[in-house]
Order: sequence, then structure tokens, then C-alpha cells
Amino acid sequence: MRYVDEYRNEAEATRFVQALEGVVTRPWSLMEICGGQTHTLMKSGIDQMFPESVTMIHGPGCPVCVTPLELIDRALVIARRPEVIFTSFGDMLRVPGSTTDLLSVKSEGGDVRIVYSPLDAVKLAQQNPDREVVFFAVGFETTAPANAMAVWRANELGLENFSILCSHVLVPPAMEALLGAPDNRVHGFLAAGHVCTVMGYWEYDPIAEKYQIPITVTGFEPLDLLQGAYMTLKALEEGRWGVENQYTRSVSKEGNRPAQKLLGEVFEVCDRKWRGIGEIPGSGYRLRPELRQYDAELRFDVGEIVAQEAPECIAGEILKGQKKPHECSAYGTKCTPEHPLGAPMVSSEGACAAYYLYARHE
Amino acid sequence: MTDDRQSPSLAGLACPIPLSDYPTVQLAHGGGGRLSQMLIEGMFAKAFANPVLETLHDGAVLGFDGDRLAFSTDSFVIRPLFFPGGDIGSLAIHGTVNDVAMCGARPLAVSAGFILEEGFPMDDLWRIVQSMGKAAEEAQVTIATGDTKVVDRGKGDGVYINTTGIGVIPQGVEISPRRAQPGDVILLSGEIAVHGIAIMSVREGLEFETELETDSAALHELVDVVLERAGSRVHVLRDPTRGGVASALNEIAAQAGVGMRLSEQAIPVGEQVRGACEILGFDPLYVANEGKFLAIVDRQVADAVLEIMRQHPLGRDAAIIGEVVEDHPKQVFMRSRIGGLRIVDMLSGEQLPRIC
Repeated sequence: MRYVDEYRNEAEATRFVQALEGVVTRPWSLMEICGGQTHTLMKSGIDQMFPESVTMIHGPGCPVCVTPLELIDRALVIARRPEVIFTSFGDMLRVPGSTTDLLSVKSEGGDVRIVYSPLDAVKLAQQNPDREVVFFAVGFETTAPANAMAVWRANELGLENFSILCSHVLVPPAMEALLGAPDNRVHGFLAAGHVCTVMGYWEYDPIAEKYQIPITVTGFEPLDLLQGAYMTLKALEEGRWGVENQYTRSVSKEGNRPAQKLLGEVFEVCDRKWRGIGEIPGSGYRLRPELRQYDAELRFDVGEIVAQEAPECIAGEILKGQKKPHECSAYGTKCTPEHPLGAPMVSSEGACAAYYLYARHE
Repeated sequence: MTDDRQSPSLAGLACPIPLSDYPTVQLAHGGGGRLSQMLIEGMFAKAFANPVLETLHDGAVLGFDGDRLAFSTDSFVIRPLFFPGGDIGSLAIHGTVNDVAMCGARPLAVSAGFILEEGFPMDDLWRIVQSMGKAAEEAQVTIATGDTKVVDRGKGDGVYINTTGIGVIPQGVEISPRRAQPGDVILLSGEIAVHGIAIMSVREGLEFETELETDSAALHELVDVVLERAGSRVHVLRDPTRGGVASALNEIAAQAGVGMRLSEQAIPVGEQVRGACEILGFDPLYVANEGKFLAIVDRQVADAVLEIMRQHPLGRDAAIIGEVVEDHPKQVFMRSRIGGLRIVDMLSGEQLPRIC
């Protein structure tokens, strides 16, 4: 398949692995931001191909994982309401709230539906004027434009029965939070290629400058990751910092301007709590004041939510890259994809799921 | 606790599926992955315990008057009822014929049970019935008996069909998941994930453009050819339906207590299927097939079996995809396209389309 096979080529991969070995002279820790990249590492087995002195730390870029527990609990309450059609991307349905998940709410009679595009949720609202259609709008900058478009479209249609439960998060503030932490171990970043496809990478220049670290915008195929790692390690070995772009076939410095414009029209930046990590200033999007009528949190009074994390789950440390999934005492025993204690075990971008599915580490 | 609950009767035993985990049935309990396995092994096999059931194969093998009969049942609840290349009727014949064939048997007859919903269009039912009859005729099996029930409007989903099949296992054929042994070679009869993706392409809310049609087909003729060539050197046969190739191989590895090594490069996956899987975030190894089977055979006959499979229209894309090994018992490993090694686990839950 074109644009895929070229980036899964064994001979090229071997060449990059040799190049990595040639360039690395001491221990380095790189963080791949995006959970999709973590899954590629594990699924293709490249994690075992890196030189031993290179440690890949898995970053917080799993939107499902960082969605606050309180918000998932709120989603569960809303999804149970008889007038509601609760729509979501498939990923969210198995994420554990304090007591249950959306799939279980569905099996108990809640009208929970998977949609493949937020615009499908808008269409559902048009088709079901007597029902309330709620869309669970989570994700990074990658999914934000599509979700913004849904709100924009609902507003254009004057739909009164559509709303979103919004938990958008932004990558650059999270990178700063990680770099500013006293226990930071990250020497260089592989930035998330799809986030940068939308936003460009001009936002990363000040971060690279301030913390004097290399950041390489990187794609998601095995060869992308090998090349991204090579570029970052070469910069580290040469004492350089700054932003480089490996994913040139998709990313430009300025990003997708029309998408950014739409984001600005629908959302505004706010402080946001990240599950397992805590509140990060300026790290989220919420609806602009003039569009708040589409905010499901305001539309449905769900009362006080007391969220309770499974005490053994160390998802926070996993998401911050402080621990690897197999270093968790519950990993593979009390916590499995069938009985997840935390979101990283069930999300298709979760680090724990990647380890469990592809590498196990028993 | 009352006396009644302490009695040794079946009703008194505690439910073996931990209620705290799954107080209600989930869709994934029928998805062919780990939750299905939990339900079957934890509840049904325990409650109905007997040596025939314990093999947990696609069908049962029963001794009868010196002969061996294969006996298998399957229910069809597919949505939509009509899909590219087939419908619930033809699928209901192929599915059960294949389950019987996977026991190494020549299918003889099937039963057909219909659960119809009040208000279902008679025209549509006629189309389904005709298609079923045609599929049975082509497969040379008799629809020998049947049953019809109608449920209230809103209490069914149009049509559900159950079919049960029997067949005779020829002398010298010995198929069992437990016969997989280190050194054996794993063959696959053709391109995978075609049925699952073809169905998904017409599901409400996900319609995407593709020319894919279901691969649903009766496989017993091809199985016959293989068995005639290799007889008892064919150790295991399995059609990887729900849960896909990955789940089927994991089940066999677990039952035989062996490891498996696959090569990603060797597994036939068509371009359209790969494209759809990339977009949806699905792994084709977990997507359902209805016209493909896995054969685990003695290494010495592997090439000959491959050749003979490829001469049959339903096996022309057959391939050797891996081998049975002594290492890592009960686990399936795969060498990735770029040369890394990873685990191929059983399907957990349903595959859900990802966010981004």
C-alpha cells in the first residue's frame, strides 16, 4: 500500500538502526509524545531495536487517558438519562470511570452510540429532534477542528438539542509542565506529527529555546520513529537544540490555517485538569462564551461528582513517563484490558495497552 | 444463606463469572475474544461439563455405530441482513457447513431455525430463504428440518437464524486443536479480514466506498482436497470467524500448550482491507472471516498442502504464515514487517474505532 509500505521497509529500518548505533555515545532518554507513536514502537517491535543506552519514555499523548475521571463520571450520568443519545468515538467506551464505563451503561439500556465523525452526531440531532444528542469531545489539537466544526455546524443549523461534553487538551503546555518538573528525565522530544499537522510547530520554538532541548516533529510509521529518534539523538550528541521536522510529508511550520481559524472561533484556551497529572494552566480548550449553550456540562445538571481513582493505578506516573507500565504492581494481574484499573490499559493509544498487547513484559 | 442455596444443585452454585466485573452481558461476550472465552469456559462448559464439550472445538465429534459424526451449531444475528456479496441466509449455511468441515467431516445435513420479528417484510424473508436454499444446494447439503418462531415487534432484529449441521468424519482423519505440535506449519487459505471489513463498509454511520464483498463461502470441498492429500498429517483446522486469525491461533496455542511464530509479511491481506484497517485503527488479524481457514499440518506435507490449496479457487491466495514452536507455550509471537518481534494476543472486547 502506497504511503504505508515505504515506511515499514525492513532494509531501511536496518540502515537506521545502524545509523543510531553509530551516532549514540552515551545514555539518552527521549519521549515520544503521542500514544499512537508508543503503539507503533511496540507493535512493530522497534523498541527492541534501539541502542541499549537509549531509553524511550512514553508521553502523555493519549487523549482518552488524560480525560479527567470526573468528566467520565459526568458522561456516565448524562448517558443514563432517557432523553439522551450519547455519542462518542469508540475509544472512550471502555475507559473506566469511578464505578463503571460507557459500554456497561449501554448494556444497562443507555443509548450510547459510536460515531466516526462528530458531524454524524450533529446529523443524529437533526434526525431526532425530540432527543438530546451529546457528543463526548475529547482529544488533542488533532481532533479539535472536527469537533469545533460540529459545534459550528449545529450553531449554523440552529440546533437546540445538540451539545458537547468538552475535554480538549493541548500539547505544548503539557511539554512545558514535564520539562519544568524537578524530576524531569527527558533529553529530547519526538513531537506528535498529527497535532503539528493542525497547529504547525512554531509553538515549539520557544520551548526548545527555553529548555535547550531538541524537539523533532515525528510521524507514526516505524521508519518515521526511527528517523525522528535519529535526528533528535544526533542533535543531542552534537550539543544542538531547536525544532526539526521529520514529518515533512504532512507538517508545515505554520500548520493548517483554516483549521486554526475555526478553533479560534469556537474554542478559547482554559486551564485543564489532566487525569493522573493534575491541573496544567492554559492546557485546554472550552467553548467560547457565545457558544456555551452547546456545553453539555451546563445543559445537564449532574450534581456533585465525587470521583475515585483505583488506588493501585499509577497512570499518572505512566503518563508523565516516570514509570513504565510493567513497573506497576497491578500490571497484567489486577489490571488487564478486561479489568482495567486505569485508562492507559484500554485506550488504543494507552502505553499500558501497548505493553500488554504487544510486549507483555511478564 | 438459605438451605436451598447450599444444596449441590446447579441452581445453587455461585455464578462463575465474577458479578463485580460483569453484572450484565456485554456485546463482547459474543465477540469471539477473551470475554467470549470467559463466558464459554467459565459458565457453559462448567455447567454442562462432559468430555465431548471439553474439547471446545468448532464442533463436537460423536461416536456412532463405528463411525464418527461431527455435530455443530451456530446462530446468526448479523446486521445489516443484506451485505455486499451475501446475506444472513447464505451466511447461515456457510457458517455451519464450515464448522462441520473444521472437524474434518463431510457435511450431510443442516437444520434451520428462524426467529422472526412481527412486521418483517415477507419479500425480504423470501430473498433470505432463497439465498439459503441456493447456498445449501451449492454446498450439497440438505436442509433437513427446521423451526419458526415469531416474536413481538421491537423484540427482535428482523431475522435471527440458527443452523445446526452434521457430517461424517472419514477414516484416517484426526482433527483436534490439541494435535498442534512443535514443528508443525501454519497455513492460511487466503486473504484475511475481508468479511468483517465488507460488513463494516455498509454499517450505519460508517458507510465507506469499497468494492469489497464478503468472502463467505462453504469450505468443505477445499478441506476435502487437503485431507485427501495429507490425511492424518493435518492436525488442526479452524475457520477464524469472530475474533479473527489472532484469536483462533491463541485458542489453539492455549489448548495444545504450544507456542506459535508468525510472519507478518507472509499473512495475505488485500489492499482495500489494509486501507480500511489503517483508517479505522483496526488490526486485520482480529477482523472476522467467513470463507477462510487455518490448517496446522505436519511440516513434511506443508508444501504439498499449500500447492493443492492454491489450485482450488477458494485457496488460490493460500500461504504458509508461521509455525508451531516449543518456546513461549500458549503465546503467539509475530515477526513484524520491519523485523521486530511482538506478541499477538487474543482479542479483548470488541475492536473499537479509535479517536485519531
